[in-house]
Amino acid sequence: MIKVRVKDLIERFDLELVAGKDGVHREIFTSDISRPGMEMAGYFTHYPKERLQLMGRTELQFLYDLQSDEIEDRMEQLCTDITPGIVITRGLEVPQALVKAADHAGVPVMRSPYKTTRVISRLTNFLETKFAPSTALHGVLVDVYGVGVLITGKSGIGKSETALELVKRGHRLVADDNVEIRQEDYDTLIGNPPNLIEHLLEIRGLGIINVMTLFGAGAVRNYKRISMVVHLETWEADKQYDRLGLDEDKLNIMDVDLPKATIPVRPGRNVSVIIEVAAMNFRLKRMGINTAEEFSNRLNSVIDDVE
Amino acid sequence: MVEKELSVQLETGLQARPAAKFVQEANRYSSDVFLEKDGKRVNAKSIMGVMSLAIGSNETITLQAEGPDEQQALDSLMTFIEQEK
Repeated sequence: MIKVRVKDLIERFDLELVAGKDGVHREIFTSDISRPGMEMAGYFTHYPKERLQLMGRTELQFLYDLQSDEIEDRMEQLCTDITPGIVITRGLEVPQALVKAADHAGVPVMRSPYKTTRVISRLTNFLETKFAPSTALHGVLVDVYGVGVLITGKSGIGKSETALELVKRGHRLVADDNVEIRQEDYDTLIGNPPNLIEHLLEIRGLGIINVMTLFGAGAVRNYKRISMVVHLETWEADKQYDRLGLDEDKLNIMDVDLPKATIPVRPGRNVSVIIEVAAMNFRLKRMGINTAEEFSNRLNSVIDDVE
Repeated sequence: MVEKELSVQLETGLQARPAAKFVQEANRYSSDVFLEKDGKRVNAKSIMGVMSLAIGSNETITLQAEGPDEQQALDSLMTFIEQEK
């Protein structure tokens, strides 16, 4: 599980740390962000204290209309021992009472020069990416004509060799052998290599090679959205392979259905070329051109004419 | 499916050479073998997968095997991980 600390936010968004320096190592556990409007009015019954708090012009203006003892009281209640941090937007001035309460409780107070809505959306995006559910799969991820193709199959079937040929043909390697996958939004899977084996490819007989130093920066990508799966398996004479392409097979990864093609491997079948064509055909389908379906309709109409 | 949690006794952990040997050993069996560390699960027959876990000495890992020769695979890989050199 990835840990997100307040100092990661400060570094990533270049926030100014105003108070509560002791708390920069506090961990953030949720991507939800709270704007403590009701709390400024004194209602703390349902205060979501485990969330990051965001205060903009509205909350601060309201605060300034209160008596100073009320301000102090609310600021103290705002800074609990589990509140990860408080962000002040629009570069507004931080109330003295908040600085005092935050320093006392060790809750970091940060300031951003941007508008509240912008800060909310950027912080939410960042946190959602960090907290996205993730898994790892055995396979090779390649960017073929801009389509993220996940090549799966048993060990030794030739996934890495296929990836190598694809790279030689101008496509890009994302991850070899082990792909870390995270789910962004609800329908998007993003794959990336584990840090340790980034840009590397293992070819039996050669060992580990570095695709970036061999083929250049254009031959690798650090992450890619996965659009389709190509499953390689040894050719079995009595197995039925898709001959038409009318039905789309699916592979389910973390609740997301990906179109899947099973390609039998056999001497004389150039798997790289087949994967290139599969990727192009995938793009055609997304553009509304489905050859198998169009042909099937044509056949149907000819049959109807004969009758 | 058989499964076993064990701690790595190999003095150096699974550095590149021992990792390669481990993967070779795993490939001798037709069962599917998996290795898990800190919730990350990889195919034990894939060298890049095994190395990406960066398994050090004394770390706890889980071995899983599924297939016709699962018990033999598990036993031999356990012996490998639990030897000291």
